[in-house]
Amino acid sequence: MAKSSAKKMEKTVEELTYEEAFTELEGIVASLEDEQNSLEDSMKLFERGQALTVHCSALLATAQLKVQKLAGDSVIAFEEESE
Amino acid sequence: MQPSLFSSNHLTVSQLTFHIRKQLEGDPTLQDVWVEGEISNLSRPASGHIYFTLKDKNASLRCVMWKLDAGRLRMNLQDGMAIEAHGKIAVYEPQGQYQLIVNMIQPKGEGALYQEFLRLKAMLESEGLFDVERKRPIPGLPQKIGIVTSQTGAALRDMLNTLRRRLPLAQVILAPSPVQGVDAPPALVNALQSLNKQNPDIILLARGGGSIEDLWAFNDERVVRAVADSSAPIICGVGHETDFTLCDFAADLRAPTPTAAAELATQTSVQDLQDMLTDLYARITSSTLGLLAEQKAVISTLSARLRYLSPERRIQSDTQHLDELAHRAFSALTHRIQLHFANVDGISKRLQALNPEGVLARGYAIITRKDDGAVVSKISQARGAMNVRVSDGEFEVKK
Repeated sequence: MAKSSAKKMEKTVEELTYEEAFTELEGIVASLEDEQNSLEDSMKLFERGQALTVHCSALLATAQLKVQKLAGDSVIAFEEESE
Repeated sequence: MQPSLFSSNHLTVSQLTFHIRKQLEGDPTLQDVWVEGEISNLSRPASGHIYFTLKDKNASLRCVMWKLDAGRLRMNLQDGMAIEAHGKIAVYEPQGQYQLIVNMIQPKGEGALYQEFLRLKAMLESEGLFDVERKRPIPGLPQKIGIVTSQTGAALRDMLNTLRRRLPLAQVILAPSPVQGVDAPPALVNALQSLNKQNPDIILLARGGGSIEDLWAFNDERVVRAVADSSAPIICGVGHETDFTLCDFAADLRAPTPTAAAELATQTSVQDLQDMLTDLYARITSSTLGLLAEQKAVISTLSARLRYLSPERRIQSDTQHLDELAHRAFSALTHRIQLHFANVDGISKRLQALNPEGVLARGYAIITRKDDGAVVSKISQARGAMNVRVSDGEFEVKK
């Protein structure tokens, strides 16, 4: 468990998708609220959580709906008609 | 045949017209009839009644719809429109015309379509395709949203605008398909199946408003079955609020319009996500601050204990002890010195008492023989010249 979370921590925050970042943030909240961590670990978790929050917020603010379409079984870009 | 002046059937216009009216209005077939034809000479005067002629290739029929029934019309009548009108035949005596008093109008073919709709609905219903237990939950935060609709319709634009506003994080995959005409049903089935291979979290099956015939592809048995078979949950938004298609019944959720379908697919909007983030951040902040405060309290307790146990304190304590010892040592010493002094005093007094000079002072004398200096303490020892020593000097005596 500790090993997988340590592995997770290796991925930099910027590389995470919104869902990944949000899920990890939820995990950090649970860990900070329920588990007995050392002060050092807690501060690390908090800093990670802070970075995740900033990342998620930025993703929300800059998100642009990605629209593609099916051509047969392949997915290609979809150009919307502009009116 | 030569007309006879004396025929028994000699009637006035009114009498004849009344007779005709009686014949027509007494015929049950003519009093409850559906008539199919095309509208012409449509007229809607201020009275609110509607007048038109219903015609086909070979004949025409005067029609009137009274204001009360006209008010219940669901469709907008136009010249050239093919309709089915329901009503009864009546005779308008002043004009000598028979006409259809219309109380209901529907687009041509709708009656048959509606019968087919009911038959198919009953059949699929009995198969359990519409069962509530089959309905799957709609995901709250879909990442991949599939759309099956026409690539060119307003429905697509409406849905994309709604998704863009509410959840721009999402990825949209459009499976374009014609949504009306004979090609539509197999194309819709194909679109649904292809889209399912992309594993979307939700599929929006949609079409803008139109006549019942325009929407008919969504009542096609093949399409309805494809909706029921979809592995991704489907929200169906076809036509307007009042339009119900069999796809609506087979879908996991019915939306009144395409826009509403897009809204129902995004129950969690970006604003909600932002609120959730704010909440999570507040929670990590407060638990971390709480932990820090706790640690500070622990540290301050420890520091107090440490101070209590520190060498500084020990040194103070030892110093005090030392002072005390020194004080005690000094006291003891002083006491002993005093004892010594007391002793010395006693000894000195005793010495004083033993001093021969002191004895001389009290009147005693020391007598020594002049020749050998021996002390004379007995008569037998006395001879010749002797020295007598008293307190303030000596004098000689002779025996």
